[in-house]
Formats: sequence, C-alpha cells, structure tokens
Amino acid sequence: MLMDNLKLIKHLYARAGFGLCFSDKRSEEHHSVKKEVKELFKASEAAEPLSVVQDNIDYMKLATADMQAKKQIIQQQRQQEKDLNLAWMNRMSITNAQLREKMTLFWHNHFACRINNAFYAQQLNNIQRNYALGNFRDLLLAVSKSPAMLQFLNNQQNHKGHPNENFARELMELFTIGRGNYTEQDIKESARAFTGWGFDKDGVFKVRPFQHDNGQKTFLGKTGNLDGEDIINRLLEQKQTAVFISNKLYKYLVNEVPDPAHVHEMAEVFYKANYEIKPLLEYVFTADWFYDDKNIGNMIKSPINFLVGLNRQFYITYQRPEVLLEFQRALGQVLFNPPNVAGWPGGKNWIDSSSLMYRLKIPSIVLDGGLIDFAGKAGPEDEAYLATMRNRQTAVSTKVQAQPDWDKFLQTIPKNLSKTDIAQFMLEPALSAALQNAAAQSADIKTLAIELVSTPEYQLC
Amino acid sequence: MKRRDFIKNSALASGAFLIPAFLKPLEGIAHEQISGYKNLVIIQLSGGNDGLNTIVPFGNDIYYQKRSSIAISQTDVIKLNDMQGLNPNLSALKEIYDQGWMSIINSVGYPNPDRSHFRSMDIWQTASDSNQFLTTGWIGRYLDSNCQACNKNPYAAIEVDDTLSLAMKGAGMKGIAVQDPNKLYQTTREPFFKNLVHEHDNELLNEGNLGYLYKTMIETYSSADYIQKTSKTYTINAEYPATPFGNQLKTVSKFINSGLQTRVYYVSLSGFDTHVGQQNQQGRQLKIYGDAVAAFIKDLKQTGKLDDTLVMTFSEFGRRVEQNASNGTDHGTANNVLAFGGKLKKVGIFNDAPNLTLLDNGDLKYQIDFRDVYATLLDKWLDVNNKIILNKNFNGLDFI
Repeated sequence: MLMDNLKLIKHLYARAGFGLCFSDKRSEEHHSVKKEVKELFKASEAAEPLSVVQDNIDYMKLATADMQAKKQIIQQQRQQEKDLNLAWMNRMSITNAQLREKMTLFWHNHFACRINNAFYAQQLNNIQRNYALGNFRDLLLAVSKSPAMLQFLNNQQNHKGHPNENFARELMELFTIGRGNYTEQDIKESARAFTGWGFDKDGVFKVRPFQHDNGQKTFLGKTGNLDGEDIINRLLEQKQTAVFISNKLYKYLVNEVPDPAHVHEMAEVFYKANYEIKPLLEYVFTADWFYDDKNIGNMIKSPINFLVGLNRQFYITYQRPEVLLEFQRALGQVLFNPPNVAGWPGGKNWIDSSSLMYRLKIPSIVLDGGLIDFAGKAGPEDEAYLATMRNRQTAVSTKVQAQPDWDKFLQTIPKNLSKTDIAQFMLEPALSAALQNAAAQSADIKTLAIELVSTPEYQLC
Repeated sequence: MKRRDFIKNSALASGAFLIPAFLKPLEGIAHEQISGYKNLVIIQLSGGNDGLNTIVPFGNDIYYQKRSSIAISQTDVIKLNDMQGLNPNLSALKEIYDQGWMSIINSVGYPNPDRSHFRSMDIWQTASDSNQFLTTGWIGRYLDSNCQACNKNPYAAIEVDDTLSLAMKGAGMKGIAVQDPNKLYQTTREPFFKNLVHEHDNELLNEGNLGYLYKTMIETYSSADYIQKTSKTYTINAEYPATPFGNQLKTVSKFINSGLQTRVYYVSLSGFDTHVGQQNQQGRQLKIYGDAVAAFIKDLKQTGKLDDTLVMTFSEFGRRVEQNASNGTDHGTANNVLAFGGKLKKVGIFNDAPNLTLLDNGDLKYQIDFRDVYATLLDKWLDVNNKIILNKNFNGLDFI
C-alpha cells in the first residue's frame, strides 16, 4: 500500500504542479507535507524568462508592404506563435520549477490576452512568470502597462475626450473586484484615469500627457485628479479584490465549488500580506482542508495540464512537436489563444463527447502508436480490432514521432510496488473495482501504464 | 491529429456484441414517430463573410463608389429585385430562390459590435450581449432547457466536425461532434474503452466529475452506436459537389433522411477573412457554399424532408462598406443572414437592403438583432420559449 503521506504529497504535486513522477518518489516518500511545500517553493525560486521570440515584427509595415512582403510577415508571425507555444509547452514539461509554471498558467488565464504580436505575448507571459509567486500589485501593474494588454483591451485608443472603456471595465470585472462591486460610473471615471496609457513602437510603456485627462474623477468614493496607478491602488484597498482572487485561486487549486469559509480565510491571509502571493499559496498548501478527501482527485485537468503531465510522467520527446499544437486544438486549449478576455471557463467545459474521446486516445497514440493492449475479456471482434491496431502501430508512430523514455519510466518504479500500487500512484481518484481488475490482469507494467492513462480517472487531478 | 488518422477501417464485425438495455434508449423507434420531426441546420461561415459582395446592393451607387475595384458589376450580378442580387458564384442558389425556398434577412447584428473574430463569434455562439461573457452556447442551453421536443441525448444536436463548437455546449447537456459516424463508432469500440463502459461501477456515475466523465463516455458510446446504425440504413441518391463542405451537408442529409432523432445540425465553412484579393478568395468560398447548399436543398425536396428542415447561415460579422487598399475588405459589423426551407413564411428578401449612407464609423448599422433571428427559430421551429434560452425575451421575426 502507498504510504499515507505519499498520498498527500501526490495530491500537492497534482495541484501545485503537473503531477508527481516515479522518479520524484524515492526521495520524497518520507518527507512531511510542510517540508515538501518548502521544496516546491525552493525549486521555483528563480524565474527564467522565455526568450524564443527575438524579433518584434513591425506590423505597421503590413499596411504598406507589397504582397510578397506581407506574406513573409505573416509567415514569420505564424512561426513565432508556434515557437512560443512550443517553448512554453517544453518548459512546463521538463522544468523543476513546477509551481512557478503552474501559477504562470493561472495568471495566463486570469489576465487572458490574445494578440498577433508574439513578441508582446512572450513579454506578457514573462511578466506573469516573473511575478507568479510575487506580489499581486506588482503583477497587476506590470500587466496593465504591458503592450500586449494595452493593445488587446484597446487602451491605445483611450484618449482624453474620447475614452475607451474596455480596459477599465475588464480591470474591475475580471482582474480585481468582479461584477456587482462597481458602477457604470466607476468604469467611466476610471477609463478617464487611464487615458494616455500606451506604448511606443519599441514596446516601451508611455504615459502620453497630451492624451491624459487631468480632470477631477470620483472612483469608488475617492475624488481627485486620479491616474491609472491611483485606480489600481484604490482597487487593491478593497478587500473584495483579495476575496475575488482567492476565490478564483481556490477553484484552480482546491475545488471547482468554492467553500466560502476557506475562501474567506485565504482572503484574510492575502490582504494582510499586502497581496503577497507566496504566503497565500503556503497557507493553502498547508491547510488541513486542502487534503480533505473531497478535494482529492476530483478536478478535471485542463488540456495543458493533461498533456504536460503525460510528458513529464513518461519523459516524452517530440521529433515533430507540432503535434502538441494539434492536440491543444483538438482538446480546446491553445496556449496564448484564450477564447476571450474571461479566459477558458474550465471544469466540465473541457469535456464533451469528442474531446473526451481524444483525451482517452491521445496517451496511447503518443506512447505506443495508438495501441491499448487490453488483455481482459476480449471477444473475437476485439481481437480483430487489436490486430488492426497492431498493424497500424508503426504508421501512427511515424506520424506522431513521439518518444517516451520507457527505460527511465520502468527503472524508476520502486521494485516493491504491486500493480495496484502503481495504478494508485498514477491516478488521483481512488481505484474502482474495475480498474483494480484491469490492473491485476494487465500483461506487464508498460501495458498497465498505457491502460491507466487511457481512463476517465486519468482526466482528474 | 484527426480522429480519422487514429483508426482506419478495422475488421470489426458490427453489432456483434451486446449493449445493456439502458444504453439503447431508442431501439425500435417507429418510423411514424420520426416523420414531422423538425430539423434546424446551422451553417457558420467563419472569418467574417462580406455580405455586401454576397447579396449585392447593385441598385445603390454608393456601393460602386466605395468599392471601385472589388464591386460585382451590374452585368454579373444575378438580380433578385431592382436593388439586390446574388454574387455570380452563388448561381446555383437562383433556382432555390425562385422556388421560394430562400429568405434573405438584411442588416443583422447587435449593439456595440466587436470586430474581433473570436469575440464576435463568441457573441454569436453564446447569444450574449457584447459586454457579457457566457460559457454556454445557445444550442447548448436549448438542450439544457429540457424542452419536450428535445431528447436527452448528445445526438439531439450534432456538429459535423471533429470538435464541438461553444454554440453546442450547455451547462448540463452538450451536443456531439461527428465528422464520420463510422470512425466515431470505431474509436468508441476500442476494446479497453468498451470494457470500461461495461464494467464500471454504477456508483461511479454519481460521483462528481468522475461520474460526469463516465456518463459522457457511456453516452458517447451509446450515441456512436445509434448514429452509426441508424445512418447506415439510408443511402444518398442525390449528387453533391465533391468538396469537404459538400460532404458535410451530404452527411447531414444522410442523418436527416435516415430518421436520426436530431433537432439541430451544425456545419462550418471557413476562409472568409478576405483582407487581400477578396474577389477570387470569396468567390471560391461562395461557390463551394452555394453549390453545396443548392444540392442539399434539392436533395431534401426530393426526399420529402424540405418542409421539416430549416437552414440558417450566418457569419460573425460583415465587412466594412469601403474596400481597403489591398483589394480586400476589413472587419465590419452588420451582415445578412440567409434562411432556407420548404416552409418559409416570407420568402425572398425579408427586409430593406442595408443603408449605405447612414453608417456608424464606416460600418453598417444593424437593423435586426441576431437574437431576434434566434428567437424566431426557438419559438417557431424548436418549440421552446426563447426567453429561457436567450435570458431575456426577444420578439422574433416573421420569416417562418
């Protein structure tokens, strides 16, 4: 049987990272949860930026360029988008800084942004990574001043006398206090405070004084010649911001259904810590309720979480990494392409008939050319099916060109583990009788592993 | 990776295994129960189709002034009245129009239009206000509404595609994406999956997200079986153009004619984002669209299903009235919606051609909220009160 504290550590890694691997296990099974939380933060101390996109394409050229030049610009843009996506996928799949990347993914969804300029998208992503475990005020301010967000939410068009309210509205509705805690008048007033916030052609933040409205504004009860930073400070003075972020974080890390009492505790910690993110996370990861049975193995993995977890567990390398983009598309989560500024809705929204079938099939595609060698009660037609799949195995492998490191995977499994133990290690929910049977009947560990990651249970973390 | 690449034809003998009775809710359904079953077919043109070069306002000089190099010349337009006519690439639809099976609704849009493809498509698919973010689609909410005419299965709404659009996702119920019924069937018959479906513990089904996953898997398993078995009983006799879009409509026809208990079908055609060299690009796409739709409508007429079918075509936005410098058009706002069917109440051109003088910043002003179009379909075709789906009551229109 797996040791009790291993169950807790496994849960911690499933939520604070992308899941525990067998290779992580030996050193960690005797750790206390507290010590393990420390380790998590330690591994994530440094924030190494992504730097794959080097050129800031001048999109102004698009207007005047001839057909050939236009084509080139668009080609370069597509290449950059692809490079950036795959660089982050790779980072998440191999990094030791799991917590930082998992939180970067959280902020990526919280400050959801979709723009053509991959250089700015990368910059925003690095801001989110840099402050992922830092201070929320710093993060919010840096995001608000980033070319990506200024452009995405039209603040470049927010001028004195002609305010564009898009940024101001989302700042309140989605980034800080949430609906129902401000008035339309607050939006109008704060939009005026952000007039003139923009960036120059090199992507450097600028406040353009001649476009800025210096008049008096009243925002959430405070009156004065407020500017953008004043608005952000005013929003952070509201405890509601701490509640709003805590609630969202709870839904990301603990349970899709928030427990108001726990969220309240989190908000108190967050607010008292002046919006430092680290103490908030430490509080969650060491809270008793984080390890309640009802909070274990019940969250639907996001497609990215699912793919990254698979990559990490089996040390997969991709000769044709584009296949990861195809998987992202099929599963409904393409990095840097959230559906809108509200981000991916998540939870059950990830799952429909087709996305579930893809999720059940992708692991075997990546690991073994699409074969799930099932030894159970196979009827004659099942035998025929498996025979066909065996024939197609090479063709599928050639197409996907993914290489798991089976040796490493098999060697790092402790020898004293039974098949049932292995199954329980790889899946977060408790094993059903059907899965225990399947585990017992499986031909070997490799077959067992492929079966396990092809189950509905594997969709949960 | 497409599903079709996962699994080629296997030697699986069909129907050889037993499925528990609870997985086969519709076995032995009498044919009479199916006839009179109304279908809605939604066709999405992705990328923002230029409505002004689709249904051309050739009677308006401003059109020719604003589009000096990309306007469709008066001699090429297939005239419908003395103001509007069809793009010549839609010639196949002329016959459909003349038969009284087509209706054109001009200037459909919404307040505070968004010119981003993704956002505007979201708005159309979720039927939200432009500053509102909904996580469910309007067809999904129709499935959720538990209306009498809906059945409680994913195949109540089928998208002929590999993935499912937001429009088809409700909070509790979701439609199903089926590009090819055989391939979906094969995927679900993976022996290991089959075992999970048959051997699962029933208590699992009540357990939160795990229950939801198993229920979805079992429903998919059951739906794949039902769709494959039912649709293969019908063979299409009509000719369809050999395009992927033509094939998709052919699949819809197969589904309808085989008596599948599906209320809504969803099909997309992309390639309408014509910033550069619009005439050729849009022309190509319109021809693909027009030829396939004409074949589909004629096929349904032949099989006696046209009266039970309503087709609606939309795009996330129209394009700016004035062309750009690259012989293309940029993102705009209001657009036309096309409806087809055997039981249209108002055939032909439903309302006035778009006003090209009274513009909003160079863009058409909408005259009809797209949710009034949806409300019409919901109230009069899908038999559900539109307020339940659209969150507020819309009056609807008079085209059906």
